[in-house]
Amino acid sequence: MTLSTTTQLELHRMMMLIRLFEEALEEMFSRGLLHGTMHLSIGQEATAAGACLALQKDDLITSTHRGHGHCLAKGAEPYKMFAELLGREDGYCRGRGGSMHIADLSNGNLGANGIVAGSLTISVGAALSFQMQKKDNIILCFFGDGAVNEGSFHEALNLASLWSLPVLFLCENNQYGMSMATDKAVAGDSIASRGNSYGIESIQIDGNDVEGVYENVLNFKNKILSSGGPKFIEAVTYRYRGHSKSDRNLYRTSDEIEYWKEEKDPIKRYIGKLIESGISEDQLKDIDTDIKDLIRKSVKQALDSPLSPITNLEEDSYA
Amino acid sequence: MPDMTTGQALNNALSLILEQNPTAFIAGEDIGIYGGAFGVTEGLLAQFGEERIKDTPISEDVIAGLAVGASMTGGKPIVEMQFSDFIVNAMDPIVNQAAKLHFMYGGSVNVPIIVRGASGAGTGAAAQHSQSLESWFCHVPGLKVVTPSNPQNAYDLLLHSFTDPNPIIFMEHKLIYKIKDYVELNDIPKESSMLGKANIVSEGKDITIVSYSNMVNISKEAIVAKELQDYSIELIDLQTVSPIDYDTIKTSLKKTKKLLVCQEAPSNSSVGTTVISKIVESELFNELEIAPKLISGLHSPMPSAKHLELNVIPQVEDITNAVKSML
Ligand SMILES: Cc1ncc(C[n+]2csc(CCOP(=O)(O)OP(=O)(O)O)c2C)c(N)n1
Ligand SMILES: [Mg+2]
Repeated sequence: MTLSTTTQLELHRMMMLIRLFEEALEEMFSRGLLHGTMHLSIGQEATAAGACLALQKDDLITSTHRGHGHCLAKGAEPYKMFAELLGREDGYCRGRGGSMHIADLSNGNLGANGIVAGSLTISVGAALSFQMQKKDNIILCFFGDGAVNEGSFHEALNLASLWSLPVLFLCENNQYGMSMATDKAVAGDSIASRGNSYGIESIQIDGNDVEGVYENVLNFKNKILSSGGPKFIEAVTYRYRGHSKSDRNLYRTSDEIEYWKEEKDPIKRYIGKLIESGISEDQLKDIDTDIKDLIRKSVKQALDSPLSPITNLEEDSYA
Repeated sequence: MPDMTTGQALNNALSLILEQNPTAFIAGEDIGIYGGAFGVTEGLLAQFGEERIKDTPISEDVIAGLAVGASMTGGKPIVEMQFSDFIVNAMDPIVNQAAKLHFMYGGSVNVPIIVRGASGAGTGAAAQHSQSLESWFCHVPGLKVVTPSNPQNAYDLLLHSFTDPNPIIFMEHKLIYKIKDYVELNDIPKESSMLGKANIVSEGKDITIVSYSNMVNISKEAIVAKELQDYSIELIDLQTVSPIDYDTIKTSLKKTKKLLVCQEAPSNSSVGTTVISKIVESELFNELEIAPKLISGLHSPMPSAKHLELNVIPQVEDITNAVKSML
């Protein structure tokens, strides 16, 4: 598949947006502006960008604790995300959710989830709605390698397969669940083979190759829509930062981190490819400048916006 | 012995248990090289090896379940729920199995397990990482529920929990981990006499405050502050919220005749409502000079924003105001 230049530039733009958004968060955190912790996806941008750009606006996603990238790629506004992390009224969840729990229903993001594997069974229910309501949509369920050892992972895959539900399971295998290396945590063959064992067509792909992610998600999406049933993708990637803000990275070597940064970085790789295919450095620079501008303005706007008012939170607990 | 944090005190207790009991072991997520999300198991892997410090996949159901099975067959498991919120993924082994097997099998088996977990709010961890779920377990016959509030009682209560032949839910409030104080490194007791015993933190005669977990520390702050200086307040730390030490509460109320309960958890079906109902049902009802009062967290999931989070959790001034209104 050859992608149009527009699509290629959009893939690049989205990866840059995610990276710069999270770098801005890091900076805000170090300035003491953010309460709590956060989980950064720096290094994993290709999976979120490639996957979400292959979806339509009314296709859905569920997301994880490491969900800023999914959220942005599904169309969220940086301003409203910053506002959420800063506890502002304009935030996507009015400051109630924070970094780990952003939902953006307007763009088809059913929400980030702080419970590992918490969204797998939810995605099965959303897929059931699509099926019962005869809609031509899919739900893409993001989860980490750590989630595949929870019971709910297995219950979700089994039922989705039995009932032929339109869900695309996308495991971001960044090779660690917190301090636990995937190969120490997952018995049997690859994570993808677990999908196969439930009769679900499954593949393992390079999660740092943004076009590969895009094409595979698009292909599986089309297959789900034409012949039904779930599909499963294991996208192999790598997280550069600690698990959360309190991680000392004792479980891996700095050589390993450096190797991924230097040799496998999804953004660096894609820039190389784009330039090879004739896109000018100036064009890419313009995109970067626009994003930096957007981030700067969004942060400022969020900091200037009002805090979420203290209303009756007990009333807010019920619909 | 120098002062130490609650985290270090728990670490010392675990280390002593492992040293003296070859069948004791620890299992949980990121408890090995990472040292636990809150550092409680730091250094134990180096000291005791992978045989006994077992890093598990993210699988709370089997973490609790393996504890049950191991304990029925001679093992002495202490397992960790990284945040106590995740214990909901382990409810079957705890509630339907551990709590019931001794009774259901006619006393022929014991299930001496400890399930530790970090509970409570105040760190901006939001709705799924900030709950105080202890009362869920108080509702289940067969479980004991332990809630330390400081380095010394965390150390002692963990050792007593280890000695007890029953399944123990051990809730460590996140905000107590960094509290630092002198800790007497006592030996492992012969009997779990400390469980089910409240501690009188400070004596007084005007009003009794019953509290547990980190809310004991907030209550203490309120009591020593200038605003309440002129009152004589008795503060009781329950330490174990199932079973509850009603004797200590009643003895205190005979003197003060006023009961204020402070907890971080929401009030519905909670430890606080249980304490108040038991007192109101008792012979002390006629001796109380004023209706008992419960200060609790709001009936709301924990918001992530700091100013909203503070609104949900009881603060020092809430306690101060309640005491003043009752005196
Ligand atoms: C049920 C549950 N157990 C444990 C945790 C604590 N926890 C949060 S993220 C995480 C690691 C998850 O690993 P993975 O699924 O691979 O996602 P990654 O962090 O690598 O993106 C752990 C152990 C949790 N949030 N929920
Ligand atoms: Mg992972």
